[in-house]
Amino acid sequence: MPQPLNLLKETPSQTAGPYVHIGLTPNFCDITGVYPEDLGTVMVGEATKGERITVTGRIFDGTGTPLRDGLIEIWQADASGRYPGPTDPRGGADPHFTGWGRCPADGETGVYRFETIKPGRVPWPDGRMQAPHISFWIVARGINLGLNTRLYFPEESAANAEDPLLKRLEHQARVPTLVGKREGQTITFDIHLQGPQETIFFDI
Amino acid sequence: MTEFGINTPPETGAFLPRDRNWHPPAFTPTYKTSVVRAPQKALISFDNSLSEVTGPRFGHNLIGPNDNDLIINFARPGEMAIGQRIIVHGRVLDERGRPVPGVLVEYWQANAGGRYRHKKEGYQAALDPNFGGCGRSITAEDGSYWFRTVKPGAYPWPNGVNDWRPAHIHFSVFGSGFAQRLITQMYFEGDPMLKLCPIVNTIADPAAIEALVAPLDMSNTVPMDARAYKFDIILRGRRSTPFENRREGN
Ligand SMILES: [Fe+2]
Repeated sequence: MPQPLNLLKETPSQTAGPYVHIGLTPNFCDITGVYPEDLGTVMVGEATKGERITVTGRIFDGTGTPLRDGLIEIWQADASGRYPGPTDPRGGADPHFTGWGRCPADGETGVYRFETIKPGRVPWPDGRMQAPHISFWIVARGINLGLNTRLYFPEESAANAEDPLLKRLEHQARVPTLVGKREGQTITFDIHLQGPQETIFFDI
Repeated sequence: MTEFGINTPPETGAFLPRDRNWHPPAFTPTYKTSVVRAPQKALISFDNSLSEVTGPRFGHNLIGPNDNDLIINFARPGEMAIGQRIIVHGRVLDERGRPVPGVLVEYWQANAGGRYRHKKEGYQAALDPNFGGCGRSITAEDGSYWFRTVKPGAYPWPNGVNDWRPAHIHFSVFGSGFAQRLITQMYFEGDPMLKLCPIVNTIADPAAIEALVAPLDMSNTVPMDARAYKFDIILRGRRSTPFENRREGN
């Protein structure tokens, strides 16, 4: 037997289940008085730099029914393309921007909604610039391991065309599943778990 | 836990790929809800950029004094939740065995009778007016966390006509990077319901299921007060190659 590598195995995932709100957004499901507020509901303040946008949409299952029990977290760079907090080795991000949001789908309509700013461009490992994007993480009952995808912006067609990740996708016909629809300051990004419009999900 | 010396990765390294044969697959027909919610096309793999290796950070000052005590954090003053008092404790480590300090761990569960405080919950077991069911911790320097609660009850759920969830506690864990984000469930040693559960059985490898089963820990049990269960959580580790030096052909 060779020496062991001594690597541990990642804890296996289990579904977030139908009651994910109790743990992650208790005030949303009327468990009040435990935490002063639900985390991730406010990403920007008056002092935040950048263009204010609303990102909204729904998650659809394979029958076209919106998920009313899903939960989305997003993570994005600030307006200058830097990630808030100590984990971006470059530092210098806008101290008035959290970069992170958490939103449960509406219990009746399935709509999620984030009030945020448009992110700047972030470098790819080789130094080329990525197009502005927001990382999404989706959990729900029936989803055994959280799903990762990205939102890109329709007005950034030039940057999208040279984005190192988008450019190398084999099935270019699927790229539009990652691009939101913009009307004024509102970007609508619907996520399709299955079907002809199935959103591209990433193994990151 | 061992530190791996020269192989200790810098914090900016890309994450080791997920072993998707170890995790449950998306499509697991005996867990019926997964059937219309499982993506059917292949996931697209790509090496981490800054967008994946960075992630949100939450300070210790987020945490209130009762956040990790589910027995009292929703209870009326002077009252307590009903049930078997337990302490759940463990460490958050990465695949290289390094502690992951300063990360947010959130947990939620049914009450001792197996009832959730949620309007979509239909089980007839009684609500406990003194039990909300949520708590949270930030890991210490050694990656450790702990909380006090009551042991949750098993509960029936609409899947097959007679499916029951084993007693479990849901966990949500942040790492230092968004790609480490993980939600899972902790089970209890010796529970005969485990092998009957369609959600547990979405995991194919028996060793992976065992990784979710917390052993009774008498060494941390508080006499005349609360029994202890230990649950370590392993997040993805980082590659030892520094992020800045990686090249990528395209
Ligand atoms: Fe549950």
